[in-house]
Amino acid sequence: MLDDTDRRILRQLLAEPALATAELAARAGVTAATCWRRLERLEAAGVIGARAAVIDWRRMGYEVEVSLRFTLDKTDPRAFDEFLDGARGVPEVVSIETFLGRVDVRLTVIARDMKQYQEIYRRRILTLPHIADIEALMLVATIKDEGALPL
Amino acid sequence: MIDLDDIDRALLRALSADATESAGALGRRFGLSQPAAWRRVRRLEEAGILAGRRVTVDRAALGFGVTVFLGVKLATKGRVSLEDFERAVTAIPEVQVVQHVLGLFDYRLRVVARDIADFERVLRRRIMTLPGVGQVEANVLLSEERRPGPLG
Repeated sequence: MLDDTDRRILRQLLAEPALATAELAARAGVTAATCWRRLERLEAAGVIGARAAVIDWRRMGYEVEVSLRFTLDKTDPRAFDEFLDGARGVPEVVSIETFLGRVDVRLTVIARDMKQYQEIYRRRILTLPHIADIEALMLVATIKDEGALPL
Repeated sequence: MIDLDDIDRALLRALSADATESAGALGRRFGLSQPAAWRRVRRLEEAGILAGRRVTVDRAALGFGVTVFLGVKLATKGRVSLEDFERAVTAIPEVQVVQHVLGLFDYRLRVVARDIADFERVLRRRIMTLPGVGQVEANVLLSEERRPGPLG
């Protein structure tokens, strides 16, 4: 379905999603018209989805980021849905992931400082339904964060 | 840190859903002229709050059907420097994200692979051979959802 031209364009796009189409075309070694056409086709096929702005929460004063790993009480068939619905209602939750493994769900929670984190944790997180166990990993630094795929 | 008003927060919310929206379209949505919307977006970029873009792709359609998060504990802290580990792990093309964390593990990695067999290859040949690597826990990603965050 994908040919080498598609892959070249995708590789450049994933490496630098903010590139203008003309620059993307130049880096992928295709004409701007070809690049447009290919991008349109990949978008229509759903291979390329949304292009979202990345917000740097630290620059907005959110100094604390914690990865909370949950094991849920799966004896209740509604555990996942109810837990996820509850988590969506917490504004400081910036991402929700579900897993196959020892961990069922991971929430990324941000806070302005430890005091606010403690407040969110006690009032909004511990009160979520069906929690069997929680583990916390506190972010020290992000060393690498790229969407690139080894295409 | 710069002060943000409700319109700035609305702009951040809109752009974190679709970064390609033009200043003109944003202005119409939030009652601003095109130049005023452009100036606000520019100010958010200059403050580093808008920090680039992320493009969502259908990884499975591109042949990467498996995403795994690894928790890695270093076995020989003090003997192997964190820098050595970080340099080696960031060079692995299948590793998209490396985070230094405090807690049960020392690092969190996001790894993409074509399938489970390919993941096993990456794990055995690339991850388990990293300098200082100790206990490793793997969780296979089933779904992920980005939330707008505390933008009012």
